[in-house]
Amino acid sequence: MDAANYLYLSALLFTIGSVGVVVRRNAIVVFMCIELMLNAANLSFVTFSRINGDLNGQVIAFFTMVVAACEVVVGLAIIVTIYRSRRSASLDVASLLKR
Amino acid sequence: MMTSNSLVYLIALPLAGAVILLLAGRRSDKWGHLLATGLSAASFLVGLYQLSLMLERSNESRPVTQKLFEWISVGTFNIDAGLMLDQLSICFTLLITGVGTLIHIYSISYMSHDPDRRRFFAFLNLFIAAMLLLVLGDSYLNLYVGWEGVGLASYLLIGFWNQKPAYATASKKAFVMNRVGDMGLSFAIMIAFATMGTVSFSGVKEAASHTSTAALTGIGIMLLVAAVGKSAQFPLQAWLGDAMAGPTPVSALIHAATMVTAGVYLIIRSNFIFDAAPTAQLLVVIVGAITLMFGALIGTAKDDIKKALAASTMSQIGYMILAAGLGPVGYAFAIMHLLTHGFFKAGMFLGAGSVMHGMNDEVNMRKYGALRKFMPITFATFGLGYLAILGVPPFAGFYSKDMIIETAFNSGGIKGIIFGSVTLLGAGITAFYMTRVMTLTFTGKSRWDEEVQPHESPWLMWLPMAILAIGSVTSGYLLSNGDALVNWLSPLFGNNAEHEELLSPIIVSGLALAMVAIGVAIAFIKYSLSDVDVVAPDDVSIFTTIARQDLMQDRFNEAVFMRPGQALTAVLVKTDDAVIDGAVRGVGQIALGLGSFLRGIQTGFVRSYAALILIGAVVLVAAIWVVVQ
Repeated sequence: MDAANYLYLSALLFTIGSVGVVVRRNAIVVFMCIELMLNAANLSFVTFSRINGDLNGQVIAFFTMVVAACEVVVGLAIIVTIYRSRRSASLDVASLLKR
Repeated sequence: MMTSNSLVYLIALPLAGAVILLLAGRRSDKWGHLLATGLSAASFLVGLYQLSLMLERSNESRPVTQKLFEWISVGTFNIDAGLMLDQLSICFTLLITGVGTLIHIYSISYMSHDPDRRRFFAFLNLFIAAMLLLVLGDSYLNLYVGWEGVGLASYLLIGFWNQKPAYATASKKAFVMNRVGDMGLSFAIMIAFATMGTVSFSGVKEAASHTSTAALTGIGIMLLVAAVGKSAQFPLQAWLGDAMAGPTPVSALIHAATMVTAGVYLIIRSNFIFDAAPTAQLLVVIVGAITLMFGALIGTAKDDIKKALAASTMSQIGYMILAAGLGPVGYAFAIMHLLTHGFFKAGMFLGAGSVMHGMNDEVNMRKYGALRKFMPITFATFGLGYLAILGVPPFAGFYSKDMIIETAFNSGGIKGIIFGSVTLLGAGITAFYMTRVMTLTFTGKSRWDEEVQPHESPWLMWLPMAILAIGSVTSGYLLSNGDALVNWLSPLFGNNAEHEELLSPIIVSGLALAMVAIGVAIAFIKYSLSDVDVVAPDDVSIFTTIARQDLMQDRFNEAVFMRPGQALTAVLVKTDDAVIDGAVRGVGQIALGLGSFLRGIQTGFVRSYAALILIGAVVLVAAIWVVVQ
């Protein structure tokens, strides 16, 4: 099977993820879309690793997973806190930074 | 050179008086004038003591110095605040403290009705201290401190009655015009330091022999600018007439006897520079010659007794400056005329103050007349001063002025004839305007208003006048008998070179007396044989009109300096507003506009930030892609 197909899939997943981040309001969904973008990147790393025949890409993919896990912990905590104070998980409600 | 520990008291005593009176304020109103007079007299006694010490030593070892403290010490550049008393500065010290003390005594009575008499005496003491620092400083920088100090005291005293706006303006005018001269002095110090690396008198004297003529000429011209400003010489003479706004004792002390002669002191103190810079020296003579005619011409037209005397002062200092510019042969005569002038002019100013005192502060001579009968002592002292300034033998002016005229004639060649003739003509005009002052004030019919009751001044006022009158009679003979002053000063100026003699002394004296007789005769015919108008006539020749307006000096300054200066500043203000402020404000406006545009992007919505990041990333990748392609 042609390795390029994995790259096409990766690009597709990244696009879906980024569109999701921009258009969706629900913080949980936006969060999942970010995960999707990270994993699209992971897929590209692994694919390039395969194409080039070395393990660097694989290693970076593991790093990304670790960072993503940490990010989930922090991110979910923030979302839960915002939900507690605002009774909503909508991102547009948390727009006080402008003032 | 010998050192002494007591020089500082000369300055410290009057300075302490000024400090005490100014700090104690109203509490010292009762005894302030006595303290100030006492301290001034004490300073005079210290001066006499120093003179007695000096007389005991041989002529070469007479100068003494005193180091006060280390003032500036930067690397190899060291300046001590030091004092030096030599044959030249002792003359000034005794003149300043002696005449100063007499004028303090006079002021006790003259200012007795003024509620601010204490402040007046504080300023007088400040002046004495500053003037002594000026003549006792051992470097140009120390001299400069005193130079500025007398300028300050002069400003404070001219504007002493500053509740009158015209007087306050006069003091500002004097201050600003003096500042032009002070700039010259600071430039001279800077050039001296740049080319010689020292500013002390002894150091500069030593270095002058191996410094280029160009640098010495530059220093000389800048020193001349300084002297011109302080001594009210052409072209910075316009402030002296207005300075008469100050109380009359101030005019006598500062604007006749001492401060205005500081320029003469500066030039003679810098003899080693001027002797090596003939161009600067010639300029000195020219300035002196112009001013002596200028002042004399103004003096002929003034009806204000103090302004007539001020014009006369200007003219007489012109004589001194001229003599100082003639080189080593003239220095001693400049000092001699300075000393005799200090006596007779201070005496006449005090006489004018006495007349004003008896005439309800009227200064217009056309409203005087016949005061001889009412003020016999003032008439006598003023008359002796009058004979002295005319140069009638054996009064003081005869010795000092004739010496200057003779030296000018004998300075060689066409230059000698020109300057000699100017001094001779000046003597004639001096005789004319002083006779005019004399006859208008003391003789003829009385022209004063009915409510005025002229009376003689109290003894506190006429005593100083009498002492100064004695000086006007005797000082010339005492100073010139056996060339006393010339020999006294000779160690400072080197030997007087022999010069060719164009006219012998007896011919010069004859010519001068003839000129004086002509001047007196014209004035006598004009003002004594015919009645004098109480109001100055308007139908006078153009020359009189111009002379009444001080030979257009104010109009000239206004047209040449003030108006263009104002136009220039107006342009600069506009330029500053439009260009410089415009640029600064423009930068601010740009930042503001950019900021308010960028603020629109900051919505606070996380998703719009995310979209912007995405767009940025896409643009970046696209750009890389284009470049790589």
